[in-house]
Amino acid sequence: MVKLINRVSAINWNKLQDEKDLEVWDRLTGNFWLPEKVPLSNDIQSWATLTDVEKQMTTRVFTGLTLLDTIQGTVGAVSLIPDSLTPHEEAVYTNIAFMESVHARSYSSIFSTLISTPEIDEAFRWSEENPSLQRKAEIVLGYYNGDDPLKRKVASTMLESFLFYSGFYAPMFWSSRAKLTNTADLIRLIIRDEAVHGYYIGYKFQKGLELVSPAERDELKDYTFSLLFELYENEVEYTQDLYDPLGLTEDVKKFLRYNANKALMNLGYEALFPKDETDVNPAILSALSPNADENHDFFSGSGSSYVIGKAVNTEDEDWDF
Amino acid sequence: MTSLVYFSSASDNTHRFVQKLDVAAERIPLRPTDPFLHVSDPYVLVVPTYGGGNEGGAVPRQVVRFLNDEGNRSLIRGVIAAGNTNFGEAYCIAGDIIAAKCQVPYLYAFELMGTAEDVSRVRDGLERFWQRQSV
Repeated sequence: MVKLINRVSAINWNKLQDEKDLEVWDRLTGNFWLPEKVPLSNDIQSWATLTDVEKQMTTRVFTGLTLLDTIQGTVGAVSLIPDSLTPHEEAVYTNIAFMESVHARSYSSIFSTLISTPEIDEAFRWSEENPSLQRKAEIVLGYYNGDDPLKRKVASTMLESFLFYSGFYAPMFWSSRAKLTNTADLIRLIIRDEAVHGYYIGYKFQKGLELVSPAERDELKDYTFSLLFELYENEVEYTQDLYDPLGLTEDVKKFLRYNANKALMNLGYEALFPKDETDVNPAILSALSPNADENHDFFSGSGSSYVIGKAVNTEDEDWDF
Repeated sequence: MTSLVYFSSASDNTHRFVQKLDVAAERIPLRPTDPFLHVSDPYVLVVPTYGGGNEGGAVPRQVVRFLNDEGNRSLIRGVIAAGNTNFGEAYCIAGDIIAAKCQVPYLYAFELMGTAEDVSRVRDGLERFWQRQSV
């Protein structure tokens, strides 16, 4: 049972206790979008080129993502509000909760544009019956309903920065093959939002850690890593269920470990999985971020020529040298 | 002698990365009321990218202010950027912007607070970079 806030005072955005609240609020509102802005119907022809097995995997992926976004929108982000250290933090969580509902809404736009009603019904049924997906939801919901504010933030950061990615892999895979590219554009907007959510909740976790004893801090670190292992084991099973028919499981697992590392970093911990277990397929990484595979490693080259970045106009008015 | 100048917000991601490098470094102050940082030796700048939004502002304002000082700007020799691939085309774009504006090499990009691999590559790379600069 989520407790209600026992304080009523008007929020003053001109008096900040933590400037990060305003910075993140501005970033989130600046990133606001709705699914209607993405021309999903341009993917109808591309969808028709997928095999039945490919369509089934993709539809199931999206129902799984819908479930997680529903949890985060109606339970997860809302459960963080009473633990807030500042009134502005409360406001940021309301924004996060609403955007998670926008994300959940977006998957239904994809469904209604591309997929027949029987296929959608089958996928929703599958998501309700798949043990690993249900287990994932149960683990996270357990912490959301528990009474430890910091464990709640850990579970929430894991969801935002790690648990979505078994699903996000699929649209990046299709995008790398020039399929369902508009759907991938929409998913990229979701991925961008989740980065800010994971960063902010992880940051607030670290602020909370400053207020507890060293012994509690150690306990929370142990808890975080054991939760990560528990979730990872479960993600591997879920990944097998989804991707074994297409032979993609090992490739997806690299992507999972890469994102698990980022979830840990958002919480202020060192990355766990070594480089050779997180070397994401370059085509997937490039579908996620075209800049990621550019040569930004001057050090590994001969260094005989200077690499000059491409010119980008900035809108900062004081950037005038 | 300072070899690194960096900015890090209250999240301290970039700060943690620089600490792991274990080299001399100066931090660009967070608040406008803090004393302005003037540097007197050549440096490599380490900068986080602010978030991949629909708006500008990829380069933190404090870094813009630091580089708007001509003395500071004249001593930059390279840039290293931090970011998150989740921001797609805007990943580590602060590095692209500064490299283009200041005509210096974009040395390296890493995510969040960097992995052990990132730390060792940057530490070794910087050592060789400064050796070449002094020839």
